[in-house]
Amino acid sequence: MTNIRIGNAAGFWGDNLDAPHLLCEAGRLDYLTLEYLAELTLSILAHLKSRDANAGYVTDFPTVVESLVPSLKSQPGLKIVTNAGGMNPRGCAAAVSAVLRQAGLGTLRVAAVAGDDVLPELDAHLAAGQPLTNLETGRPLEEIRSDIASANAYLGAAGIVEALRQEAQIVITGRVADASLTVGPAVHEFGWDWQDWDPLAAATVAGHIIECGAQATGGMCSDWDRGNSPLPLAAVGYPIAEIAADGATVITKPPRTDGAVTVATVAEQLVYEIGDPAHYLTPDVDADFSHVALSQIGEDRVAVTGARGAAAPETYKVSLAYRDGYMASGTLVICGHNAVEKARACGQIILDRVARAGIQLQRTNIEALGGGDSVPGGWPDASPPWEVVLRVTAHDPSKQNLERFLREFAPLVTAGPAGVTGYTGPRPKPYPVMAYWPTLISKSRVVPQVQVQAAGDWTP
Amino acid sequence: MSDTISLKDIAHARSGDKGNAANIGVIAYTDAGYAFLEQELTPQRIAEHLAELRPQGIRRYMLPGIRAMNFVLPGILDGGASRSLRIDSQGKVLALSVLEMKLPRPENLADMRPD
Repeated sequence: MTNIRIGNAAGFWGDNLDAPHLLCEAGRLDYLTLEYLAELTLSILAHLKSRDANAGYVTDFPTVVESLVPSLKSQPGLKIVTNAGGMNPRGCAAAVSAVLRQAGLGTLRVAAVAGDDVLPELDAHLAAGQPLTNLETGRPLEEIRSDIASANAYLGAAGIVEALRQEAQIVITGRVADASLTVGPAVHEFGWDWQDWDPLAAATVAGHIIECGAQATGGMCSDWDRGNSPLPLAAVGYPIAEIAADGATVITKPPRTDGAVTVATVAEQLVYEIGDPAHYLTPDVDADFSHVALSQIGEDRVAVTGARGAAAPETYKVSLAYRDGYMASGTLVICGHNAVEKARACGQIILDRVARAGIQLQRTNIEALGGGDSVPGGWPDASPPWEVVLRVTAHDPSKQNLERFLREFAPLVTAGPAGVTGYTGPRPKPYPVMAYWPTLISKSRVVPQVQVQAAGDWTP
Repeated sequence: MSDTISLKDIAHARSGDKGNAANIGVIAYTDAGYAFLEQELTPQRIAEHLAELRPQGIRRYMLPGIRAMNFVLPGILDGGASRSLRIDSQGKVLALSVLEMKLPRPENLADMRPD
């Protein structure tokens, strides 16, 4: 195969539900990827699985597969690779297979790639000398051991490649590095060796660029309204990476869609959520982005060159989540003269009344949105606004304390200054907080598990 | 003529989060702008602009192939996505704030503006 077209139509759980079928219908894709798992999504899925052993996957995905049935029938070569499996790739495979059987696609082969969940064997990992220390703070795991909700290693592309080798047409993983969703198909199609560092790095760059969906095609672009001509985005096209056998990549999007693929839109995505660009670490490769170059080679076509790779790390990154109390947030709209100062005073009245009720909240914050508080001190001076959103947020171990806190918003209308409105709608509720604990585990401790069978054979 | 410019006159940018760190990638429109920003847009200047967020240990990494520099700001997100009490818990709008920074007006400003 001379080159492959990989399109990504989901950058997070909650992304546009029509994007996958629109991209498949217009994108001439070999592979569709769908990336659903933010850093803490798995802790939510772990909670759902604890209530129902068949749950714990991204429930958008079976719905998406339903919308993809016409494409799967008209494009028999189309393959889908996604991390929608979350905490339960096999459960997700079973749910998707039920959709496929209903559509008369029972012979289509579906893979589940698991093994990323390191929580069941956590004590064994600790006993084997894996300290699982917090990468950001250096704190020892004992501090939060009893509160852990989920712990998943970011696997690489190997399990995806094995599933494709076993002729899976839909590959459903749990936690994998986002870029590995793209690296897997490239390794499978081109037969790269796991030491072909430069092509692996090139495919990793391609995967990084498309993994957040429309963020590569004009979404989030700070140049959005350059020259006072806003870029149309309502029908934004999602990104496609054309990857050649040596890793050379062109980023594009389907014709006659909104958005744009320019050096500017792709460059912004290249720098999105990276650390040291000389060492973008995945389980597949240590990729060097620092000398990547971009060039516009046609309308909505940008060539990506210059990625270099070095030996992959010996460890997997682990995304661990632990229970950390509750948070609650309420808003009111404060109008009139001195709206910013009045909003801050109103926020303080709320907190003072909670304190008078005998409650000391652990952490609180008052924001006057419209007065520059989205980046405190980070905006140029402006005329005072006539209305601002007062937002008061609190974090506390006690859910009851936060319920008491939320009761103090509405009384501000009658027992605060004039100009308080925007209080209609249901009272907000406290919600549980999952805190993030990034750490590392030796690759030798984690084994990907690949299961491939026809949709007709997957059962819950 | 003003003796300052805004960073947005010569660059565009994007920001996001990684745990409790934020990153801000700043991309110059031209080679001349990139050379100017190499001198002017130091971690110290970013730290001054975002002083109220109490940044510490800002690091700057260069990506010459796309005329970009990546600033990593550890510990700036009030605990990160799920624990932050701030509206912009993931640092999504930090880039736009940084683009409003004032810089001394360069003599060759015309060579730094976008096409």
